[in-house]
Amino acid sequence: MDNILELSAVGLSERIKAGDIKVIDAVNAVIEHIENVDDTFNSFITIDKEYARIRAGEVQALIDAGKLDSKLAGVPFAVKDNICTKGIRTTCGSKILNNFVPTYSALAVTLLENAGAIIIGKANMDEFAMGSTSETSAYGAVKNPNNIKMVAGGSSGGSASAVAANECFFALGSDTGGSVRQPASHCGVVGMKPTYSTVSRYGLIAFASSLDQIGPLCKNVTDMAAVMEVISVYDEKDSTSVKRDSNYLKHLNKDIKGLKIGVPKEYFQKGLDGEVKACIQNAINKLEDMGAVVEEFELGLMEYTVPAYYTISSAEASSNLARYDGIKYGHRTDKYEDLHDLYKKTRSEGFGEEVKRRIMVGSFVLSEGYYDEYYIKALKIRTLIKERFDKAFEKYDVIIGPVTPTTAPSLDASLISPMKMYLSDIYTVPANLVGIPAMSVPCGQDSKGMPVGLQIMANNFREDKIFSIAFALEQSGGDGNA
Amino acid sequence: MLSKYDVTIGLEVHVELATKSKIFCGCSTAFGAKPNTHTCPVCIGMPGSLPVLNKKVLEYAMAVGLATNCDITRFSKFDRKNYFYPDNPQNYQISQLYMPICRNGFVEINTCAGNKKIGIHEIHMEEDAGKLIHDEITGNSYVDYNRSGVPLIEIVTEPDMSSEVEVVTFLEKLRLIIQYLEASDCKLNEGSMRVDVNLSVKKRGETELGTRTEMKNLNSFKAITRAIENEALRQIKLLEKGEKIQLETRRWDDVKGESYSMRSKEDARDYRYFPEPDIMPIVISNEWINDIKYKQPELRDEKMQRYIREYSIPKYDADIITSIKHMTVIFEKAVELGGNPKKVSNYLMGETMRLLKERNMEAEDISFSPVNLVKLIKLVDEGVINGTTAKEVFEKIFNEDIEPIEYVEKNNLKMQSDESWLQTVIEQVIAANNQSVCDYKNGKERALGFLIGQIMKETKGKANPAVVKKLLLENL
Repeated sequence: MDNILELSAVGLSERIKAGDIKVIDAVNAVIEHIENVDDTFNSFITIDKEYARIRAGEVQALIDAGKLDSKLAGVPFAVKDNICTKGIRTTCGSKILNNFVPTYSALAVTLLENAGAIIIGKANMDEFAMGSTSETSAYGAVKNPNNIKMVAGGSSGGSASAVAANECFFALGSDTGGSVRQPASHCGVVGMKPTYSTVSRYGLIAFASSLDQIGPLCKNVTDMAAVMEVISVYDEKDSTSVKRDSNYLKHLNKDIKGLKIGVPKEYFQKGLDGEVKACIQNAINKLEDMGAVVEEFELGLMEYTVPAYYTISSAEASSNLARYDGIKYGHRTDKYEDLHDLYKKTRSEGFGEEVKRRIMVGSFVLSEGYYDEYYIKALKIRTLIKERFDKAFEKYDVIIGPVTPTTAPSLDASLISPMKMYLSDIYTVPANLVGIPAMSVPCGQDSKGMPVGLQIMANNFREDKIFSIAFALEQSGGDGNA
Repeated sequence: MLSKYDVTIGLEVHVELATKSKIFCGCSTAFGAKPNTHTCPVCIGMPGSLPVLNKKVLEYAMAVGLATNCDITRFSKFDRKNYFYPDNPQNYQISQLYMPICRNGFVEINTCAGNKKIGIHEIHMEEDAGKLIHDEITGNSYVDYNRSGVPLIEIVTEPDMSSEVEVVTFLEKLRLIIQYLEASDCKLNEGSMRVDVNLSVKKRGETELGTRTEMKNLNSFKAITRAIENEALRQIKLLEKGEKIQLETRRWDDVKGESYSMRSKEDARDYRYFPEPDIMPIVISNEWINDIKYKQPELRDEKMQRYIREYSIPKYDADIITSIKHMTVIFEKAVELGGNPKKVSNYLMGETMRLLKERNMEAEDISFSPVNLVKLIKLVDEGVINGTTAKEVFEKIFNEDIEPIEYVEKNNLKMQSDESWLQTVIEQVIAANNQSVCDYKNGKERALGFLIGQIMKETKGKANPAVVKKLLLENL
């Protein structure tokens, strides 16, 4: 038998349903592999072997009884540690939640479990999803499976590295400013941020509520469509959730001839690494060869996206993270004199530096006298950027470009200059500000063998177009693990 | 000294809405449950939980807005008010600052000074906080989140009131409107209606308002009245001494009859309000507003007119009964059960009001069944008991909700019309009151009343007064 771990999620499930592979064997293979390699990659914060094995038995029984035939039945997956899992510790990569065990699961998790997928563990991440390298985790940095001297990207770095290193068959991440797409690009896997409101945020521990979306990280585009179909479900518990068409698999095999692709000039200006640029150009050429109509255009306002993003996301974060106070759950300082002292010490000890920085920035931009000057201005910019994208989508079916200016940086190179790190989010934050769906698909490697991702963005609710293009590119012999 | 100054008062009124479930989750709002039993991930601020607006809260808020002549904000939003306190599980309160649901309304009040419109600046929706419990013995503090997420509306008036009389008149009217809408029971003593008083004074004739203080912890209309009198005087005295008024929040101590400072302006917090990203903006259509108007229960003025028209009771009666929502419920039920409207009204306005006052009770605390009142009226109408006995039986009904027919039977309270038995009593009374008999014969009509009274006393109030009078006159 070939190596179970090399299979795709959909491929594994087919073999399980055919009776070739037992669910418990897939689960054990993954656990054994994690035990062998994860000391190196550090993809996981928590692994729940016992629960995975119990679930393997339950799922196997359902499959055997003919009661479960989903495309993900029996497939082990990882869950980013900011997504609540009932009974399994959920830390957000932070010391402040080091003992927090949720009493409920996020809807996305429940939906996947109902489809027979099996939680294998909780993936490492930047603390509270704040960071672009997965180095701000209180549980150690994640290392890139392609080269362990490099970061995995972030904040869903553990999810990306776990998929890239075959420690699971797919993973859930969350994307607030590129946190799924960027590590996917750095690790060479497929990562997607769905249209805002597509996947319920109930159970996703909030960083910036108006930007956060749960998104999958997968080995290939077909797996991505299969996972997306399971988790794109309206949830009455999330006021921002919508009912929408969520058939993605049927868009995979579509002819992309005549599809109009816009390439923003701003995505290719200074700062973009030459080798990354070459990979993107190569992908664009392939798409043109397949009949797509590619055109360069000026998007505009790109220099304002990162400042607007950090203003809005930090403002929301400063409020969302206020609940971690040592009163109800999570870390509480040992010694304190009064209530104020309890708050101060608990939060000083519990939060890491990057999180504190964002809380400070967020509190500042919301404070009296600065609110109009910073927060309101950022909201206005957000509206203007949305108008630019709306205009672009009148003309183009999708917009493509790089995901990141460079391939994965070395460990310890980024945190010394937060500003520089923030600026590297320039290509990914617009999709969050605007709400549109965006995917990162592998499209080559640089000379050091580090993966490069192509970003495909479409108008709201037009994931179908992204899937058509991504699948076509993958089939054309792109670089992924297809 | 007082006459040289004008007092300016504005109010912030919090009202707990009568929804069955909380504002952002499905937990019960019932009062008095075991601590932390009416809670879920949302109302205890668990990571990853999200609020979903209870539509009924919005409809109640709109109904109160419409009944107070407000404009309904067609595009309304929630905002977060950020502050740290353990009773506030998220360390922010979801409220409305920038786009409250109702704006620019008024309530017209009538005092001896005439009619006056009190402006409503806005009405907004928000969530209540939990409750802190301090154990004095161990020094520990506990939090009960049952109240966390109970829906509130805050009604903010313009500074249009100038005396405690106007304030209480306004509040009574506002309370009645909300009670008629069945949006809240508005009990001050239980905290389902909480009033903060913003008050400033200025020299008469000056145009600029003085520095204001905010008074909290006012649990009755009496406390509100006293606190306003006290605060106005305190501020005037300070000004007279040449001192400045501090912009501050004060707490009223009703036992001591004075207030003390809670927070000064220096401690004023920056709440860092911003739009709540977890709740979508609320868009309100004309149809929705019309639907709420259409479903609006009968308000006081309409009810009063109907009572006069339909039940032919005097305007005076209708006015008094409709001044208390709970009274109208009893009245309508009793009439529906066949009680004569005027007679029912007499019991409510007379004896019921008297007993409420005597016992320092709120009308909401009335617990007798209208059916027993109707039965009592029937006993009188049929001549089974006389008026004196009826009064006694009614008190029993008021206190214990007894069934009157059975009670009268059991306690042998039926009216006595047996002439031979009454004749004996009359003869005894005449014999014992020679002077009164003499007075009567000398033309003093009042003496007759005294003699009848004596006979009623002897018969323990059970005698038929008409028969007594007839027999007495014969005997004299």
